[in-house]
Amino acid sequence: MRSRWSYVYFAFYLLLGIVLLFLNNDLSKAVITLMNVIIVLVPLIGTIFGVMYYYNSKEFTELLLAQPLKRSSIFLGQYLGVALSLSISLVLGLGIPFVFYGLFESSAIWDFSLLLVTGTFLTLIFTALAFNIALSNENKIKGFGYAILLWLFLAIIYDGLFLMTLIMFEDYPLDKLSLIGTMLNPIDLSRTLILLKLDISALLGYTGAVFKQFFGTSFGLIVSFVMLTVWVILPVLRIIFKSRNKDF
Amino acid sequence: MVNIENLHKKFGKNQVLSGLDLTINEGGIFAVLGPNGSGKTTLIKSILGMVIPNKGEINVLGESIKKNSNYRHKIDYLPQIANFPSNLKVKELIKMIKDLRKNTNEDLRLIELFKLEPFLDKKLGTLSGGTKQKVNIVLTFMFDSPLIILDEPTTGLDPISLIRLKDLIQAEKAKGKTILITSHIMSFVEEVSDEIVFLLEGKIYFRGSISELKTKTNQPDFEHAIASILTDNHA
Repeated sequence: MRSRWSYVYFAFYLLLGIVLLFLNNDLSKAVITLMNVIIVLVPLIGTIFGVMYYYNSKEFTELLLAQPLKRSSIFLGQYLGVALSLSISLVLGLGIPFVFYGLFESSAIWDFSLLLVTGTFLTLIFTALAFNIALSNENKIKGFGYAILLWLFLAIIYDGLFLMTLIMFEDYPLDKLSLIGTMLNPIDLSRTLILLKLDISALLGYTGAVFKQFFGTSFGLIVSFVMLTVWVILPVLRIIFKSRNKDF
Repeated sequence: MVNIENLHKKFGKNQVLSGLDLTINEGGIFAVLGPNGSGKTTLIKSILGMVIPNKGEINVLGESIKKNSNYRHKIDYLPQIANFPSNLKVKELIKMIKDLRKNTNEDLRLIELFKLEPFLDKKLGTLSGGTKQKVNIVLTFMFDSPLIILDEPTTGLDPISLIRLKDLIQAEKAKGKTILITSHIMSFVEEVSDEIVFLLEGKIYFRGSISELKTKTNQPDFEHAIASILTDNHA
């Protein structure tokens, strides 16, 4: 699908990047602001685009299914089409203004690339999750509802519940539990990952502090990336499995 | 050509096909008939591998269709409702399907036959139902496959296109191909088909020629013969 929405998305990031740089006049501060936007917005856009694309191209999918093509290649192709075009919009949209601003001479370049890498991971993860939801729900409205709920849960509610459990059981040693809790949510994980890299303790929540204490910066980075990769692979495997057994 | 054994399919609680056996020999035009919801489209989609049966075995040209997509090179399929991606142009869609299967020049002849030239640069979303169906027909007939499956091919066609479609079907039959048709237009079925298969409640109720059906039901014409089956079975 030649979607004009991915251009809109690209333009949005372009604008966001430019505006942030002008208002902040400081690269690393702009990176922090961007992080807050990316952590919430990228999963939302990935979710919505994934679900929307699946339902919109349903007829086209049926056309392809009657052709001599493997089911897994049809669905993986669609998934990669959406996820990669969103990722490219993100990377180029944010990358261009920052490059013009003099990113390559700045020390923030590693923080910035980490931001783009996690943003890409989040796009891949949430588009895959959205495809899973869409594949399991014939009803468009239901599919949309579940997808948004999933986003809301992982982006906001999860943190709240997490914090509440930490407060409720504060007498116990919870370091391991909170660590696992962070690992199980890709949004939390990305946030922690970027904060660890940015090395700004003021912004580190309790989860971040635990992380830092446990891993030290570089080991934590590797484990986090492994977790993010697992978060991509599992939903993608389910797309393959689910599409193989679905009726059209 | 196509060999189906003990085919079962359930959608939720709705048992659509219950132990269907069918062998379709090579060459000729077969019509699959039955009331609404009798499982015609499910049967066709099972042959195409779009619907995964709960039980049963399907062989197309000697190949089992399970976990196989290659056999679809030998099938041309005309879907019931022509829904195409609306932001593609007719030309682009034809080119894309050719890229997926194989190159052919047959499309030029078909486009001319159905007078589709003025629509080639239009987006599919702007076409009328009948024109979409013509595009659908072009996409189906442009490949030279031994098995052709047509699900309600006459939908939305004007009389002249209908005549051209019938000619096209006869021409393909003359090449020795096997053609599987479902339709609710009895006059069309009577005109083109060599043999009919009547589905009722997920099973084959009758199989044979139209004249055999007329004798069996004691009805003078085909339409009434079909109607009498339906009233006798309270369908």
